[in-house]
Amino acid sequence: MTLLKLDYFYWLAGVYLAFTALTILRDAGHPKRWGSALFWALLAVIFTAGRSLPPVAVGYLVVVLVILAATRQVSAPPAVKCDPAERLAAAERTGNRLLAPTVLIPLIVLVGTFTFDRLRIGSVALVNPAHVTQVSLGLATIAGLLLALRVTRAPWGEPLHEGGRLLQVLGWTLLLPQMLAALGGIFGRAGVGEVVSQLVAAGLPVDLPLVAVVAYCGAMALFTMIMGNAFAAFPVVTLGIGLPFIVTAHGGNPAIMGTLGMLSGYCGTLATPMAANFNLVPALLLELPDRNAVIKAQLPMAAAIWIFNVVVMYVCVYRF
Amino acid sequence: MIKLIGILLVALGFVLRLNTLLTVLVAGVATGLIAGYSFDDVMRLLGEFFIENRFMTLPVILMMPVIGLLEKHGLQERAAILIKRAGAATAGRVLLLYQVMREGTSMLGLNIGGHASMVRPLIAPMAEGAARARQGKLDEAQTMRIRAQAAAAENTGNFFADDIIVAIGPVLLMKGFFDSVGVPVEIMHLAWWGLPTACWVLVVGWWRCRALDRSLAAVPARNGGPRS
Repeated sequence: MTLLKLDYFYWLAGVYLAFTALTILRDAGHPKRWGSALFWALLAVIFTAGRSLPPVAVGYLVVVLVILAATRQVSAPPAVKCDPAERLAAAERTGNRLLAPTVLIPLIVLVGTFTFDRLRIGSVALVNPAHVTQVSLGLATIAGLLLALRVTRAPWGEPLHEGGRLLQVLGWTLLLPQMLAALGGIFGRAGVGEVVSQLVAAGLPVDLPLVAVVAYCGAMALFTMIMGNAFAAFPVVTLGIGLPFIVTAHGGNPAIMGTLGMLSGYCGTLATPMAANFNLVPALLLELPDRNAVIKAQLPMAAAIWIFNVVVMYVCVYRF
Repeated sequence: MIKLIGILLVALGFVLRLNTLLTVLVAGVATGLIAGYSFDDVMRLLGEFFIENRFMTLPVILMMPVIGLLEKHGLQERAAILIKRAGAATAGRVLLLYQVMREGTSMLGLNIGGHASMVRPLIAPMAEGAARARQGKLDEAQTMRIRAQAAAAENTGNFFADDIIVAIGPVLLMKGFFDSVGVPVEIMHLAWWGLPTACWVLVVGWWRCRALDRSLAAVPARNGGPRS
């Protein structure tokens, strides 16, 4: 038994998405009123009903969402002209108290992550330890919202409308991380990883210790770029290249290999549009016209970090 | 070999700038069908993974009302005012400081920060504010450069210091994998060998932030130039 289930926060998000859909429906001036309302309503269903829906039904719902997005039926309402001078005046008036909610949110996450999984009332745990970060974040956003309402003295409907507007600016890109994770999952089930590993092993002289290290770190980065996720790449590449050619063939240290291999994978994450939540969603959040601007800023860093990983692994993995 | 068709489709979709959701869906369905699943099986997998990964989207959705409200009341402007008053601040230094904080908390297994909750409302406006205090007005390209670098500071700070002191995420995943294939490893060895890279990432961050400051300073100041 747990008191605060992660599901509650999915329900909350679902209700909020449904509210956004309703707002769109009531807005006669919305450029894509019906398509957008349907899109957010279906997403609300997926978030609220979640596991109680048969997975195959969710699959078909996702297809509908994708078709709505691909046929340009989902859009944001025309931007409301917001006077920058007015915002500046509000910023001067409210002062640094405006920042308080943004300090409170990470603070609650920090405290929550350390304590919530240890709290229990009788035999009832407060949260499932596996979800402690997400639950803390959920609680933190609610507390942050309450504080923000107090500080700004805004009516409670205002955050819902403003947030709904921001959601619509993100639009269908909001779903990309989940879709890419699903793609990674299907790749995994279909055995794409094994094929890639065999190709690498067949094409490179991996019996040389240095080549084995470069091939392993390179495959981790490359495969992460393809899947958008280093965690998905790790088992496949480690099984296919790391363990046979570094550990078994040359007696390398598996802990050093694994850690630096994973970190090489993260360099791939910095360099790929497939890691949408890290690279594409921020470009939209920050209103960058070039969707790949974040990736471009990260490329020199990714290269420098990847080379460092290879050097450290080659120097240490066969020695310790 | 033919199983790699999904990768080809994804690459093709990105090159042709097709709708990314559609590209990903088609690649997934094609790969699933080629691997021998029926269409309904692929839909079932898609639905399963989509539901399982709702946690990726949850923080962004829940964060929107509070961020939307605060921004309407001038949060970004306030952050910029705050940083303008700190004389030594430059865009690069603000971002480097954020990256250091992000790595520090991430070492403890904490995930505070994020693009929606920190970078858009606070960090990017602070960096822009610092640059404006020095350069006067910024042009479009400079603003975009600062913002992209802010997202990069968040990502590098987030990724590379995971789990070094308190092991929760990736280290447990690696441990689980090595256990499952019968290779003995120590959890703390996995964690500690991340330390050299975590330090190096700070050096790399410093390099990029200095490059950002230099490129901003290289453009002649307009509209009045520096304030002080």
